[in-house]
Parts: sequence; C-alpha cells; structure tokens
Amino acid sequence: MIAIIDYGCGNLRSVENALDRLGCEYVLTADPKTIVEADKVILPGVGNAAEAMSNLEKTGLVPVIKSLRRPVLGICVGMQIMCRDSEEGNVKCMGIFDSHVRRFPEDPEAKVPHMGWNCIGNLTLGKCKLFNEIKSGSFVYFVHSYRADLCQDTIATCTHGSQMFSAALKYENFYGTQFHPEKSGDVGELLLKNFVNL
Amino acid sequence: MVAKRIIPCLDIRDGQVVKGINFLGIKEVGDAVEMGRRYSAEGADELVFLDITATFEGRKTFAKLVEKIALNINIPFTVGGGISTLEDAARLLDAGADKISVNSSAIANPQLISDIAARYGNQFVVCAIDAKNVDGKWIATTHGGRNFTDKELFSWAREAQDRGAGEILFTSMDHDGTKAGYACETYARLSEILTIPVIASGGAGNTQHIVDVLTEGKADAALAASIFHYGEISIPELKFQLREAGVNVR
Repeated sequence: MIAIIDYGCGNLRSVENALDRLGCEYVLTADPKTIVEADKVILPGVGNAAEAMSNLEKTGLVPVIKSLRRPVLGICVGMQIMCRDSEEGNVKCMGIFDSHVRRFPEDPEAKVPHMGWNCIGNLTLGKCKLFNEIKSGSFVYFVHSYRADLCQDTIATCTHGSQMFSAALKYENFYGTQFHPEKSGDVGELLLKNFVNL
Repeated sequence: MVAKRIIPCLDIRDGQVVKGINFLGIKEVGDAVEMGRRYSAEGADELVFLDITATFEGRKTFAKLVEKIALNINIPFTVGGGISTLEDAARLLDAGADKISVNSSAIANPQLISDIAARYGNQFVVCAIDAKNVDGKWIATTHGGRNFTDKELFSWAREAQDRGAGEILFTSMDHDGTKAGYACETYARLSEILTIPVIASGGAGNTQHIVDVLTEGKADAALAASIFHYGEISIPELKFQLREAGVNVR
C-alpha cells in the first residue's frame, strides 16, 4: 500500500490517477499510523513552500515523515520542503536533503516559472534505482519558480537559462523530484514504476 | 533549455471533439478521450480541451469528461470554456485539470485571473485572448470574434500577466482557420513584452508555419487543431522536422 500524504496542499488527483494507471493500491491520508505502516509514501505539493510547510506542520507529520525508513518520494514542492530551507516565504524546511531552495533569477532567455518539458542529466551521479532504464537527456515536465541548489544529494540535474539545479535528490530512503513524474509521459510513468518497485 | 511545446487543441461539444473553420461551420470529428490518448502517445507535449457547449447540461458533461481525460492521459492538459468564477475553476481542478484557461469572463472581470492565481497558483491560469487586427491595432474580441472589447492585445496581455496569469494563449482571429500561417510578428512582440510563456494559435497549415512561429515568432508553444485532427501533419513527423530545423523539441 502506498500512502499519499494529504495535507491540504494542491492537487493530489494527478498523482492518484498516475498510480491508478500503474494499477497500484494507495490511500490518501494524514494519519501517522497509516503512513508509518505504508510500504511507500508520496509527499506531493504544489503552490507555495512556506504555506506547504506550515500546512504540514499543522498535521504534526514532520517527525513522522523524518522517522520513516521505507521509500518516501517528494514531488515538486513536496521535494522542496524536504530540503534545508526555502527562499519562498523564507521558511525552514524538513532538512532531509542538504539543499537550499532559491528563486530563479530574472533572465529574458529563461522565463520564470520554468514551465514545460526539459531534459534531465547526470543520472549516473547517484546510480539510483529510481532512474532505472531512464536515460540522461530524457524530457520530463517541470512547473516551478524556485529550485534546489546542487548538493551531495543531487541524483539528477536540469538546466534552465544559466542555472543548473537539482532535478532529483536522494538521501538514504528519501527521494525527491522537482519535476512531475505523474505528468511526464512514459518517462514519468517509468520513474513511478521504479519507485513503486524499490 | 525548455523545449518548445506542440499542443493539439480539441474543441468539445457534448463530449465530442469538433473543429470549425473561422469559428463557424462546426463539424464533428471524434472522441475526446481517444483523441487525447492518441496525441499523448504520439508525443504531444500538452493538450487543450475547450468546452464550446453553452448549456448547463453540457458543462456537467464536460466536467465528467475532464475526469476521464485525467485518468487516461499522462501529460499536462488545460481546459477552458465557460469558466467565469473561482468555483468553476475549482471544479475543473478537482476533476483533474492541470490548468484552466479564461477568456471572455476575464475580460468582463479581470479580477478573476487574480483570484484564481492567488488560490491555485500562476501555473494554473492560462489567459486566452482572441484578437482581431483593426487598422493596425489588435483588439481583443469575445464570442468567437463577433464582439469587440475595449481591450488592446498587448496591454491586456501585460495586465493578465501582472494579475498572475501563467501563460498567454493568443489566437489571431484573422488567421484562425485560414491555414496560411501564424501572426508571427505579433507573437514576437508579445513574447518580448511578456515574461511568461506565449502560446501561438490560429493559422497553422503546414510544418513551416509552426517552425516560423517558434523561431521568428518567439512563441514558446504552438497550438493547432485541424492539421492534427484531419491527419495533415502527424506529431512525430512534425517533431522530426522541427528538430531538423534546429528547434528544441521533446
């Protein structure tokens, strides 16, 4: 069973639909016991990092998530709030990934939000099972205005304008993708399948 | 670098895809979910579904259809048509839409853009503008180009951006359905004055038109309907030719 953490942050529907397409069983929940007992946990998130973090804190789930020993996948803002901190609302985050989240700079050649299909690179960095059978240069779908710095936890990179940032992060059993695998066509589907099979 | 996007647009009436020429002469062409799935499998980067039904019943049918599309399609999709309140937008978000597009209702009530963007984020709001060139000035129109408004394309697009729209989808009513090419110069100017992505729509007749609007026209995405629906250009072939022309596509 996969637990999708429901903390009032954004659209869980597309994640549910993606898991439905893979034929996975899942539950939307904010119940600590259900989350601890789940085989896998997904932390989705869209919108503002400070708001997401404050919502998550209200559920009291932060220590629960940090204590998990089974695979956890943060998506988009879900990944960002697993980082050290974010400039979006100057918020201290969960500190699972050793990365700082900052806004893309103004750049006429690189519009913000970074929205659309971009390719991921350096997939050999962490030799991570999440990217099984996925090649460097594959296109995935991004929608974000803030991005996580490269750090020792980076397992995939992406470049927008002058900025190279973390497209995916991993620390022990914790994974995060800045892009939306649930909207990234076949590549995204493969990544979710890899996550489910971890 | 973000890839230029190719976006098939499906006009929906009572759950069926239709496409008119110059917004008139509507003709039924296919099943929305099936077509969406086919385009997605063929490499479309995004899909747009516009509800052109005007009735309350039709709107309900559309929301159900959006749920079905969301279940079957693994790429982003935008829905539009008849969204005039925050509640309309919320209903479509709940049904699984990734973005909504507002048009006439935003012209009547620009605050709608601000409200939806504040609630669901800029990435959720596409501001569609149908404009016609009148003596060298692009005037926004409503009701399929029949009614002129007091909004001028460039200033309205900028206002929409300032209010929180995440993308501008501009359709030239002078080019739509003609298959004679997009209004490239206008897109280039639009792209220069805006910081958000611009989607070009109206006028695609062949691959070169799409190359032109994505290069000279500086558009971030090209939207087309009939050339895809009638099989005049297949998406894989179009992508191949765009790549040959040096355009960065997925």
